[in-house]
Amino acid sequence: MSETTVNDSVGSVGAKGQVSPGFFLRLFRGQEIGIFLVLVFMIIAFTLLTIPEGESLSSQKFLTPVNIQNILLNFSWTAIAAFGATMVIITAGIDLSVGSVMALAGLATAWLLSPDTAPAMFLSGGEAVPTIITPLAILVGLGVGAICGFLNGFWITVAGLPPFIATLGMLQIARGITYGWSQGWPVQRLPQHFTAIGRQNLPIGNFNLPLPTIIMVIVAVIAWLFLTRTVWGYRVFAVGGNEQAARLSGISTRRTKLLVYTIAGLLGGAGGVLLTSRLGVAAPTAAQGYELDVIAAVVVGGTSLMGGEGSILGTLIGAAIMGVLRTGLNLAGVPAYWLPAAQGTIIILAITLDQWYRRQRGAHVGFSRMFAGWLRSGRA
Amino acid sequence: MAVQPILRVEGVSKTFPGVQALDNVNFAINPGEVVALVGENGAGKSTLMKILSGAYRRDSGTIYLDGKPVELGDPYGAQQMGISTIYQEFNLTPTQTVAANVFISREPLARGILGRLGFVDRARMEAEAQTLLDMVGTAVSPDAVIRSLSVAERQLVEIAKALAVDARIIIMDEPTSALGDEEVHKLFEIVRALKAQGRSVIFITHRLEEIFEIADRIVVLRDGQYVGELKIAEATIDKIISLMVGREIDEIYHKEAAQIGEVILEVKNLAATGVIKDVSFDLRRGEILGIAGLVGAGRTETARILFGADPKASGEIWVEGRLAHIRTPEDALRAGIGLVPEDRGQQGLVLQLSVLNNLVMPTLSRFAKRGWVDRSGITSTAQDYVDKLTIRTPNLEQKTMFLSGGNQQKVVVAKWLLSNPKILILDEPTRGIDVGAKAEIHALMSELAKQGMGIIMISSEMPEILAMSDRIVVMHERRVTAILDRKEATQELIMAFATGQATEGAMQ
Repeated sequence: MSETTVNDSVGSVGAKGQVSPGFFLRLFRGQEIGIFLVLVFMIIAFTLLTIPEGESLSSQKFLTPVNIQNILLNFSWTAIAAFGATMVIITAGIDLSVGSVMALAGLATAWLLSPDTAPAMFLSGGEAVPTIITPLAILVGLGVGAICGFLNGFWITVAGLPPFIATLGMLQIARGITYGWSQGWPVQRLPQHFTAIGRQNLPIGNFNLPLPTIIMVIVAVIAWLFLTRTVWGYRVFAVGGNEQAARLSGISTRRTKLLVYTIAGLLGGAGGVLLTSRLGVAAPTAAQGYELDVIAAVVVGGTSLMGGEGSILGTLIGAAIMGVLRTGLNLAGVPAYWLPAAQGTIIILAITLDQWYRRQRGAHVGFSRMFAGWLRSGRA
Repeated sequence: MAVQPILRVEGVSKTFPGVQALDNVNFAINPGEVVALVGENGAGKSTLMKILSGAYRRDSGTIYLDGKPVELGDPYGAQQMGISTIYQEFNLTPTQTVAANVFISREPLARGILGRLGFVDRARMEAEAQTLLDMVGTAVSPDAVIRSLSVAERQLVEIAKALAVDARIIIMDEPTSALGDEEVHKLFEIVRALKAQGRSVIFITHRLEEIFEIADRIVVLRDGQYVGELKIAEATIDKIISLMVGREIDEIYHKEAAQIGEVILEVKNLAATGVIKDVSFDLRRGEILGIAGLVGAGRTETARILFGADPKASGEIWVEGRLAHIRTPEDALRAGIGLVPEDRGQQGLVLQLSVLNNLVMPTLSRFAKRGWVDRSGITSTAQDYVDKLTIRTPNLEQKTMFLSGGNQQKVVVAKWLLSNPKILILDEPTRGIDVGAKAEIHALMSELAKQGMGIIMISSEMPEILAMSDRIVVMHERRVTAILDRKEATQELIMAFATGQATEGAMQ
């Protein structure tokens, strides 16, 4: 250990003498505040940038109900898949197969539901698939995702492949099955009771909260509880923080990783099914390249690629940043072809800023703590 | 007596967020002098060393080299000025060869155009590396890959690397903590040779016994301040310790007689190919069983196999008279065995997790109902153990990376105590921790033995082995060469068995 670590001098502060942080602070646990401020800053910036020349703030085009609704909707499936990816990355792993798994899971569900492809026994005379099949088809989609994830985990823990390789293989395999199964044709004519899931809104006043967003929030809460309140969640952090120490503490690292990759597959599947339901079609090219969006959301959200650190809330904010960025740059008039370059630049800037603040306050203390202190003193 | 100090620092201070790491420290070293820098963890030794090696920038104060004030800039600058540092954590690239590491950033270039294009003269590099390796007296080949070397061998490579820059001042940060007695002797010979060449050595160590063998002068730091120095002739261990801790410590090796009961662990003919051969011993309730031996004798390997961390080829492990099938650490945990591994940072703790999360790692499921962790339950139990073991941490949420070595070690021990083990294996339990914490760990071991736990203690420190053990298992080249009783054990006898000069037959 270095001599410079904060030990006894901090010890004198005492455990009980500290100001108990308010709910807001506890929610953000310090580490997410930096990135949350980036999100707030972005929203303000885009609001100002989208005011047409010579007009007032009220004519901005960014913070409109329809636009907010669009942004929320558009990052919902990315976020759901990203919650699984968060867990994988906390174990110091990576899942490159998310996009393909989303497509395959979506196809599996759609294939059971479309009158063009569904097995004849599901068809009720009049060409339509009975409503009762829908939950089954969704479960099959989720199951396909979970199986892909389990296979990833199996290759990594039993065959000993590096996560990068195993999931790169799955990226190709799942996409290949999607192509082969669909013969390259999109599966269309999905029943209305299925597409409703992705298209339904919950009206709140004159604002329509998209159903996928509500589902995403529910999944976020479950994932957060899983990671922070259950034995498995504790183990995920232990394995990611130091696999050797975790193993020597009697934790089965194999089972932990297997579980995490399976969950990541399951949530990828959920994102895929939701996406399919929203689009009303399962295209074999669906969700191509989504793995990069998903990983970007996780990393922007402060989860360390080195493992052992990260949070669902951070990923949620990270996914929101990605969503705001895409829509905002669009509305601000960045030409579509240039969009990816602008996105990449801003992601790098955002992470650089966050890292810089963390270093400013010494390693692992973070901008957040500084901000938390400021909030506290401001209130006192 | 007007020798000009080769290096002198005056009024150096350094602050880190929340910590005054160095406070107005003065220090000087003459050519050909060996100075031991001692102090507890957090005293500022490493900080001072890092300032001298250019790794940290001082906040204030002056550094004089040959009487002239200098700016070291960065580690490269310090090396250029003749200050070379051997860090406690190795700075070697594991996948490269020994030669590449010795000449890292100073690779000899090929002749002519190729050299200008950046091609390395590998033959020359290996030949020069060989010379340096001969100098430190190791048989390691220059084209061996670092990853394949033992910790002791890596240490020697580090030293060869420091010699490669032709340094006038060599700083060694706990170079012996990873070495066994044999290697330590070799290292001291090297230090003496360096001294004879007129080079100066700053030697940081926690093993106070060593100082008398090697140092000319002892400088003591405490809480970032210079508290005094002793000429070797006038120093005693007690004097050094009272300067270090600022108070008297009654006893570093606190050993209490415990009621030694029935056999709780029986190891029969344990073997693993190329790792250990035919290891047998038993352990009784209330007993502290020391395992002595040189580095590489198979002590850690035995512990890891017992604990299920590595596979065994043959042999049996009996716990409380029942054959235990231990294939994973989980099995060991269930059988009531705990392991405090030799490397806290790599194997004992998840450094970026909190004290709380580390404490409950082995016992999580006991604190959970249907998978949900009982957070108030773990918090109160963890607080109990933090209090009982006097683990100094601001709170349970503190990341363990911010604790001192001694407190980290207590967290690892406490983690196992939570699981109520019958058998606790401690591998180098006091390596690299300060005197105060060391005394506390020893007292704790005695206390646990008194409560009826069986304790296996692997140690490379002879005084610790002799003072704490009820019986001593001595290993040499992967085998048990002797099991000695506390009464008959002496340093010489243990060394004789540990080096293979005596065999069990000769003794009985």
